[in-house]
Amino acid sequence: MTMLDDTSGQTSAPRQTPQALIAARNIAVFLAKAPPSAFGLIVLAVLILSALFAPLLATHDPYVQDLQNTLQAPSAAHFFGTDELGRDIYSRLLYGSRITLTIIGLVSIVVGPIGLFVGTVAGYFGGKVDIVLMRLTDIFLSFPSLILSLAFVAALGPSLNNAIVAISLTAWPPIARLARAETLTFRQADYIAAARLQGASATRIIWRSIVPMCMPSVLIRLTLNMATVILTAAGLGFLGLGAQPPLPEWGAMIATGRRYMIDSWWLVTFPGLAILSVSLAFNLLGDGLRDALDPKQMNRR
Amino acid sequence: MTEERPMLDVKNLSVRYRGTDTPAVRDVSFTLGRERLGIVGESGSGKSTVGRALLKLLPTAELTADRMRFEEVDLLTAPERKMLELRGQRMSMILQDPKFSLNPIQRCGLQIAEAYRTHVRCSKGEARAKAIEMLSAVQIRDPERVFDLYPHEVSGGMGQRIMIAMMLLADPGLVIADEPTSALDVTVRLKVLRILDGLVREKGIGLIMISHDLSLVRSFCDRVLIMYAGRVVETLAARDLDNARHPYTQGLLAAQPRIGGSRDELPVLERKDSWLEPAEERP
Amino acid sequence: MTLNRQHMRGALGQGASILVTLFGLLILTFVIGRIMPTDPVRAIVGEDATQEVYMNVYQELGLDKPMWQQFFLYLRDLATGDFGTSIRTGKPVIQDILHALPATIELATFAIIIGACLGVPLGVMAAVKKDRWQDHVIRVFSLMGHSMPIFWTGMIGLLVFYASLGWVGGSGRMSQFYIGMVPDRTGFLLIDSAVAGQWDVFRSALRHIILPAALLGYSSSAYITRMTRSFMLDQINQEYVTTARVKGLSQRQTIWRHAFANIRVQLVTIVALAYGALLEGAVLIETVFAWPGFGQYLTSSLRIGDMNAVMTCVLIVGLIFITLNIISDILYRVFDPRTR
Ligand SMILES: Nc1ncnc2c1ncn2[C@@H]1O[C@H](COP(=O)(O)OP(=O)(O)OP(=O)(O)O)[C@@H](O)[C@H]1O
Ligand SMILES: [Mg+2]
Repeated sequence: MTMLDDTSGQTSAPRQTPQALIAARNIAVFLAKAPPSAFGLIVLAVLILSALFAPLLATHDPYVQDLQNTLQAPSAAHFFGTDELGRDIYSRLLYGSRITLTIIGLVSIVVGPIGLFVGTVAGYFGGKVDIVLMRLTDIFLSFPSLILSLAFVAALGPSLNNAIVAISLTAWPPIARLARAETLTFRQADYIAAARLQGASATRIIWRSIVPMCMPSVLIRLTLNMATVILTAAGLGFLGLGAQPPLPEWGAMIATGRRYMIDSWWLVTFPGLAILSVSLAFNLLGDGLRDALDPKQMNRR
Repeated sequence: MTEERPMLDVKNLSVRYRGTDTPAVRDVSFTLGRERLGIVGESGSGKSTVGRALLKLLPTAELTADRMRFEEVDLLTAPERKMLELRGQRMSMILQDPKFSLNPIQRCGLQIAEAYRTHVRCSKGEARAKAIEMLSAVQIRDPERVFDLYPHEVSGGMGQRIMIAMMLLADPGLVIADEPTSALDVTVRLKVLRILDGLVREKGIGLIMISHDLSLVRSFCDRVLIMYAGRVVETLAARDLDNARHPYTQGLLAAQPRIGGSRDELPVLERKDSWLEPAEERP
Repeated sequence: MTLNRQHMRGALGQGASILVTLFGLLILTFVIGRIMPTDPVRAIVGEDATQEVYMNVYQELGLDKPMWQQFFLYLRDLATGDFGTSIRTGKPVIQDILHALPATIELATFAIIIGACLGVPLGVMAAVKKDRWQDHVIRVFSLMGHSMPIFWTGMIGLLVFYASLGWVGGSGRMSQFYIGMVPDRTGFLLIDSAVAGQWDVFRSALRHIILPAALLGYSSSAYITRMTRSFMLDQINQEYVTTARVKGLSQRQTIWRHAFANIRVQLVTIVALAYGALLEGAVLIETVFAWPGFGQYLTSSLRIGDMNAVMTCVLIVGLIFITLNIISDILYRVFDPRTR
């Protein structure tokens, strides 16, 4: 779902380093003023902290089964109850946040460079290179990302790593589009022309001058896309094509909990709430960032 | 209603657009009878803003005034419902730029007819007839055809006349014309001005004419307000324009190219911060 | 309207770019099919076939040829309408898909209607009340819709509205009781049952479709709301809106008759795109609601690595997307006087 992306808003990201600093300060001020975005930040902080300190915060081992205590309702001993194998859902959710963070991190690491590479090269060289690369991007964009990821995972075999690969394969095109648009705006800039006159190679110009310029907006777009990535990952997990049991991946937890849903509502409710709040947090945060960076929306005409 | 009481009475009108620090219009006062009042001033001096403020059409601005009356209505306190009755029917405004002022996806004629149908209960056919009649009144040669054109299919001058037709259709008592003739050629301009003039003479409407064009205002209007940076720097009778006392007005006059005048370089307009002080009362 | 040269060139260029995209689509599906871990030969001949039988089929499928030749064989098969046979059902894949598609289209259409009816007015309202509390509430509400894991919301919905409250039907397209009672004419159950005058079945179908459609619609309304809001914001500041106000039109009339009229064309594009994205949600929600549609067919095929079925499904989704893009493009041309 690359649906909430309108590239138009992003092209006006800061260009110079000092401006980037100013922008960063503006963003901070803006976030502080906008409660929904602040909520997003808080949720993400909680996510990161619970991933870091999962062993400390967890009350049980997330993998240890306790067949005496299966399907227990939430109580003081088990905050969010236990699952069909007697494992503590609260502790599993905590450890699951590590998986979520891993997915987010790895996808970003893969998608950012690919998108930047394709976008800057297409934008810098223009002409045939541009046409070919952008056609390629369009082909990938002409699928809904979940379905394409599904197909890739099916081809590669279901596992967490393959899910990450598949998601990355479908998540780079919007980044490439954005990087290309950014590159086009300052391809003509004087300092690029100067570098070219001094005989700097294209690789060097792209790497030294253009990529750093695209960085801020690409990072923001990555943040924006994380909500989609999380939902896709959870969807893959739910269909049994992502993380495999006994990994405490939230989507997979919902899939196994589904069988016991009618009598034990907590099995699906809590992992679902976790997915919902993290993806909502990214969406709120991204929405706030977009507003903060869109000059058209800043002055209130 | 007695002749002495002005149709429009504005005292210390100020308008500040939200998100800006300085007001676009500051302490503007004037009255208007059944006459032609010109407002001149350079671009950005707040002329259009004054016009819109009178119709209370500035949703993103703060408007303050000591007094703002139109006939028996206190515009400052008038509720939106009252304003809906006034707008179009009793006071209307010919907007500046026909390229942007007409709805791009609606046929011109329908937009004109809408002005009539908003205030008068009538059939579509009647409104159409009325609109076509008005179109020919503003010197459009083939009104039936123009009625069915989209705004991007008409020329700038035609658009301006369509706008004029639209705003005069419901017989308003006060017309604010924001540069109504800037895109018209000389012959059409004269005809259009004659229509407006006729309205003032025969129907006794009040006309506010916003313009850059000093010579037009001089020959067409009874009185002139000179605006500079949101303030009225001088108010005078049009025929006294040459005797203007304020340096800004003198500058504006001197900056007019004149046929047969000297071929020297046109003087550059002088600007002084002191002009931003409240203007002293001038008789 | 006359077709001038510029139009022709535009149409040609567009046709070419569609063809290129289509070709890319075919390559993509082909690659996906080739790297699938399942052995297509094994799937046909079974586990205990002899080596000789295996090799025969291997050659029959053209698997001994170089990749590019295999790709052209694939294209040739597609051109003759041969999409292969499903391992799971043993029927031609295309037949399976055509059978499953109406259920999905019915669901998605119902959903997009709900999504548009929800998203468009909310977007207009958010634009009109920009930066006021209504705007903020609408923003959070629609982002919420965009953040829901739809398969989870589906379950919770079933739990609450079906299991607890009993307001809606459960999984499937209709009650077990009615299955097979309505002759299959169009595949669209609501239409078929209405045509057959089977109002009980119609009511049952309605009770079953309403929950998944509402959830899908809500999730797609987020995008529609957002775009409507931003389109409207562009229009509200336009001068012609002021013109309408000068004429004495009320704010509501101005908004709907003038500003909104100007974004209708853009909205059509958006709704078409949202419709395509719905298919994605449909894959997940069909699993939850045991909805016998395209999404379920795709996921079941994926689970057992049914290569032909998966390839064709992906191809069809791509085709639907491309078609939606073309349709929205055409609508754009037809409805906007400036592009005629
Ligand atoms: N919607 C708005 N928001 C903020 N500022 C505005 C807005 N509209 C006008 N202004 C500012 O108010 C001032 C006065 O504008 P106004 O349109 O009244 O000028 P004007 O005298 O009509 O100029 P022109 O002769 O070019 O039409 C200008 O400085 C302008 O930038
Ligand atoms: Mg103006």
